[in-house]
Amino acid sequence: MDKYLEMIRIRFLMMLAYRTNYYTGILIYSINIGAYYFLWKAIYGAKTDIQGLSIAQMTTYVAISWMARAFYFNNLDREMAMEIKEGKVAVELIRPYNYLGMKTMQAFGEGIFRLFFFSLPGLIIVYFVFPIQFTWDLGVWGLFAISILLSFFINTELNLLTGITTFFLYNNTGLIRAKRVVIDLFSGLILPMSFFPGWAQEIMKFLPFQGISYIPSMIYTEGFTHQQAIAALGQQFLWVVILYLPILWLWSIAKKQLVIQGG
Amino acid sequence: MFYVSMFFQYLSQYIKTRLQYRTDLFVEFFSDLLSQAINLIFILVVFGHTDLLSGWSRDEIIFIYGFFLVPFAVFSAFFNIWDFNERYIVKGELDRILTRPIHSLFQIILERLELESLLGGITGIAVMLYAGSRLGLTIEWYEPILFIVFVIGGALVYGGIFIMLACISFWADARTSLMPMMYNISNYGRYPVNIYNKLIRFVLTWILPFAFAGVYPAAFFLEKKEWYWYSFLTPLIGIIFFVLSVMLWNQGVKKYRGAGN
Repeated sequence: MDKYLEMIRIRFLMMLAYRTNYYTGILIYSINIGAYYFLWKAIYGAKTDIQGLSIAQMTTYVAISWMARAFYFNNLDREMAMEIKEGKVAVELIRPYNYLGMKTMQAFGEGIFRLFFFSLPGLIIVYFVFPIQFTWDLGVWGLFAISILLSFFINTELNLLTGITTFFLYNNTGLIRAKRVVIDLFSGLILPMSFFPGWAQEIMKFLPFQGISYIPSMIYTEGFTHQQAIAALGQQFLWVVILYLPILWLWSIAKKQLVIQGG
Repeated sequence: MFYVSMFFQYLSQYIKTRLQYRTDLFVEFFSDLLSQAINLIFILVVFGHTDLLSGWSRDEIIFIYGFFLVPFAVFSAFFNIWDFNERYIVKGELDRILTRPIHSLFQIILERLELESLLGGITGIAVMLYAGSRLGLTIEWYEPILFIVFVIGGALVYGGIFIMLACISFWADARTSLMPMMYNISNYGRYPVNIYNKLIRFVLTWILPFAFAGVYPAAFFLEKKEWYWYSFLTPLIGIIFFVLSVMLWNQGVKKYRGAGN
């Protein structure tokens, strides 16, 4: 366990060394939030609420979901693809730790770094620029914290799955790109699930994507009742467990048929 | 003439290398189509809840998006310089470029062709035809000509802005993440500018004129008379920004000292 904690720490410090890159990052996120803010304002027009969300809740939804994205987002799939293509994965595999576990911990260190040096200052800036409703209810914050932790795991598991496919496909740049756009739309990052037509919502209930962004953001904006929130957390947890199984399975096959391309 | 023949030489090499990796090419097409589809889905879903967006109808917004795809495709095919800093400055590749007998910027454009992006333009035209037919727009004889002029104008606006950003690397060594930021800002230009506040509208029109690759020229084909003035400015703004960026580039090259090796 110690070595995994150490990995989190090292990744955190590494990110700290390159923190200037993150100041422009905050700007990018603020600009994104701004673009969607104006777009939503135009969409609402004279309406006071759409699908049970007021314009203020919608603005908060947008801001929170982008800031939460900073925490759960990582490039594990691309990193893994790179390491597999360059053959570095061979060295990683003989080291005395679980490769996938280590990757997850590195991503977690990154996530924690972004949460403190990116999301928090970003939220403060956004708070002054756009009309956002902050809640002071500690219960909501608690549920939100659990929820984004679970979304981190769901997203990371999906990334690991995409990464593992490199073992079989050798070049999966296209797949990685496709996965990213799909997650942006179906996770509820740019559109809350409740805005989709009914049949689409039904389908999406059976997919893991809404556990990534929609659930934590709805919990925070209090678009969910307390009961709904608890049920949603359960749903997220279930997906964390379910997604773990194909990873185990594919990983055991992948290790057997590993082809090192150069290195 | 030499430049034209160089262009075709590189073009044929490019096609040869690309066809070597056909599955890759196919997957790239597919993921481009997917991201375009997702932007369209966004528009469709949003208009499930509203009829007008600051006075623009669903089909008009779709038409603007379709138009935007065309200059953007041309831009992505020819001005693939978003990683100029890492690829040419940090690695010292620019030294090699400067020994070539053609203009350095032209050489880089040739090396970094990405013609498969042009497929996005075909998607764009299809989207425009679909939205246009629903709006009952008719095509006048002069409109295809103006369309080409506006597309070139819009692509030059994009090209100009991104070349200027690349030029920053001549003066500052630090790696910046300005380029992805610009891609984000350019997304603003896809929607009608009158939904934004005055400041953003001003920026999108005169400082980072991304609106000239989307809503302004598209407004002409949508017969929105109040925007005609801006529509006809498109080629002019494109040329101005592009010429400025090339001038800046030439200054930058003079200043360039090499990263050492």
